[in-house]
Formats: sequence, C-alpha cells, structure tokens
Amino acid sequence: MIKPHRNHPLWLAFLLHRLSGVCLALYLPVHFLVLGLAIDETARLGGVLRWSETLPVEMAVMGLVFLLAVHLFGGLRLLVLEFLDWHDRQKSVAAAAVALSFAAAAAFFLQVI
Amino acid sequence: MIGVRLYLAQRLSALILAPLVAGHLAVIFYAVQGGLDGAEILSRTQGSVGFGLFYGLFVIAVSVHGAIGLRVVVHEHLKLAGRTLDGFTLATGAVLLGLGLRACVAVVG
Repeated sequence: MIKPHRNHPLWLAFLLHRLSGVCLALYLPVHFLVLGLAIDETARLGGVLRWSETLPVEMAVMGLVFLLAVHLFGGLRLLVLEFLDWHDRQKSVAAAAVALSFAAAAAFFLQVI
Repeated sequence: MIGVRLYLAQRLSALILAPLVAGHLAVIFYAVQGGLDGAEILSRTQGSVGFGLFYGLFVIAVSVHGAIGLRVVVHEHLKLAGRTLDGFTLATGAVLLGLGLRACVAVVG
C-alpha cells in the first residue's frame, strides 16, 4: 500500500531531488576520470569524446543535463523553503523547477542534434 | 546522523554550487552550440586562471555537498551509522576531491 504522504506532489519533488542527487554523485567520479585523461592520454580522451557524439550517448547526456538542472532548481526550492518565509506556492515552485529542467534538457538536445 | 555543522556545510556548499552549476550549464551550451571538439575546448581552458578558480571551487563544493548528501542517503536506506558512516562520508569526499582536482589540473593546468 502506498503511504498517504507519498501521493503528495511535494513528496515527488523530494524523490526527484534525491534520485537526481544520487545519480549525479555516481556519475561525477566517471566524469572526473574521463576529464583526467587530458593529462597524458589525450588520444584516449579524443576517442571518448568522439564516442560521446553518438546519438545514444547524447541522449544520455541530455538526461544528465536534466538531472543537473532538476537538482539545481529543486535545491533552490529547498533553500527558499528553509531560509525564507513560508508561502503557499510550494507546489507551483516545484512544478516550475521541473519545467525549467525539461526546458534546459530540451534546449541542449536541440543544440546537439 | 547529520549534526548542525554538516547541515550548514551542506546548505553552504549548495549556495556556492547554485551559481557554479548554472555557469557550468552555460559553458556546456556554449561548447555544444559552437560545435567545439575536445582539443578546442582544452585550448580555451588550459592556462586560464578564471576556469581554474571556477572549477577548483566547483570541485571543492561538490565534494562536500556530494559526500554529505550520500551520507544522508546511505544512513536512511542502508542504515549505516556511527564510525562506518563517518568513514563512508570522508572516503566519498576524498575520492570526489582527489578525482575532481586531478580533472581540474588536466583541463586547466
């Protein structure tokens, strides 16, 4: 049975923030390792960058842009919630965070295709 | 699980990261829009003090933020606690910081 609070839109905002954070934390070391190839393995870096221009990888990168944007905007929503006065538009702010993130990811995808 | 100091470090690192992530997204868009390849990107970043400071601060803030964030997740979902949890947090932060600074040197140095 789904617990009642999990039907609330702001619980979904919390879940999205947590999942995007975990995904970004798992991706970051890989990202850093690839960038580290620029020290003395530029040929391998070039190979990775060429591979990154294939459509499936660009789709994945679009997902990463979305995760980064949604964690940023969702995080800003949390900071506003915690440090500024309470207001009744929390659901609207959460929805705006997701909308802005979709816009960022879509804009990125339109640039690369 | 997360005391006042870690809570503040998490929020402070978030405040530092917010403009840096927005800037990083702008850099990604600029690079993609210009159709820059790896060599072109490196030619613009290497030797740049601005990029070095930007991404150096980014790496430090993201190491603190990521380590504390994962600490909360593993505590709540995997029930890690005490010294194991502290060790996990420190190790996560150290790995992110080490790999991140190495990447920074590679891209900017």
